[in-house]
Amino acid sequence: MNDLILQGVLLDEEAELSLEELCYACSSSTKWIIALVEVGVLDPVNYQQTPVEQQTLWKFSAYSLKRARTAMRLQRDLGVNEAGVALVLDLLEEIETLEARLNRYKAPMINHS
Amino acid sequence: MDFKNYYQILDVARDATLEEIKRSYKKLARKYHPDVSKEADAEIRFKEVGEAYAVLKEPDKRAAYDQLGNDWQSGQDFNPPPDWDAGFEFTGERTAGASQADFSDFFESLFGQGFGSQHSGGQYRTANKARGEDHHAKVLIDLEDAYKGATRSIVLHSPALDKQGRMVNKQRTLNVKIPKGVKQGQRIRLCGQGTPSFGVGPAGDLYLELAFNTHAIYRVEQHDVYLDLPVTPWEAALGATIKVPTPGGPVDLKIAPSTKNGQKLRLKARGIPAKTPGDLYVVAQIVLPPADTDAAKAIYIKMQEELAFNPRSQLGV
Repeated sequence: MNDLILQGVLLDEEAELSLEELCYACSSSTKWIIALVEVGVLDPVNYQQTPVEQQTLWKFSAYSLKRARTAMRLQRDLGVNEAGVALVLDLLEEIETLEARLNRYKAPMINHS
Repeated sequence: MDFKNYYQILDVARDATLEEIKRSYKKLARKYHPDVSKEADAEIRFKEVGEAYAVLKEPDKRAAYDQLGNDWQSGQDFNPPPDWDAGFEFTGERTAGASQADFSDFFESLFGQGFGSQHSGGQYRTANKARGEDHHAKVLIDLEDAYKGATRSIVLHSPALDKQGRMVNKQRTLNVKIPKGVKQGQRIRLCGQGTPSFGVGPAGDLYLELAFNTHAIYRVEQHDVYLDLPVTPWEAALGATIKVPTPGGPVDLKIAPSTKNGQKLRLKARGIPAKTPGDLYVVAQIVLPPADTDAAKAIYIKMQEELAFNPRSQLGV
């Protein structure tokens, strides 16, 4: 049994990933990530200052990682194209928001006998 | 090992055409895709459907599977007959589709491990071939862990080459520190803890996705935490100081007079202690004491007689 305790880096709101890191994390090509940026599935945080020609300087949020991985699975498993993935992700997020809202108002079962 | 009826899994007849099989697979894959499905067992069903399709879409695999006969039932104990696949040559085409990494023992026993050890995804950039793959895993933590931090043991399976150069499944256990202040869906990145490189390159990274176990009393939304707090009618009406549990330990909460049912009280920065800490929302739930004794009934009757209270005045009756 190994007792070593590993400490990683928490990818919180401020964490940023490079284009290369995002490609590795999704086992994908740069071309595919750029295609997702082009349809607006992914939003480099510095997109305004960094045009496509300087894509190696792009920085992505941890939220992009989540979206890119879902996009990867949807495309791989269901054959959804980039535009379809964009639509599915937006709808999934809307459902998530609505469910969170529902959850907030869900009254508990109070038992008293 | 359990027999798997691939026709039943794909909901097609044994003499279904390839078109029918394909169509049914696509429908079921959409229905059970873990990213979109709300079905409780979506992930298991999705894998099953992918496995069934991997066999039935290949004419040679399907023919070999068919000659096992019609008499098998799903779940029946099964061992492949000796030389059952004599005369068949599997092409072993590794197409993209459901990840084959975790097909069932039943599949492995029929079609061999060669199909099972493949990675999904596909398009690696040739320039980085030497680097090991990134690995992704999910880890379940409790809300309290997000307040205090924790250490979790994680068991990972990853392919590796043994001394003879064969692909084997290696299991390793990692102890990982979960820092405090994390929220649902966040990831922790462990550099170099992914799949080792098969060449001389560095290992990939390991990404751990954090998910909270459902809590008995708290609900979590981003960094905010919600608690339903039962209060008595007199506490709500007169105001009170109540001991309230929080994931960080109990606190004394002041309830203002005339607190309404469902009213939200915010305890600033008592949510998940992230860089920008979340808040804890206490939702007042007024609970009526039962009128199950003469004494209790007498109090209700007294209120009825002495309080001029009509909660329906807004309804015009």
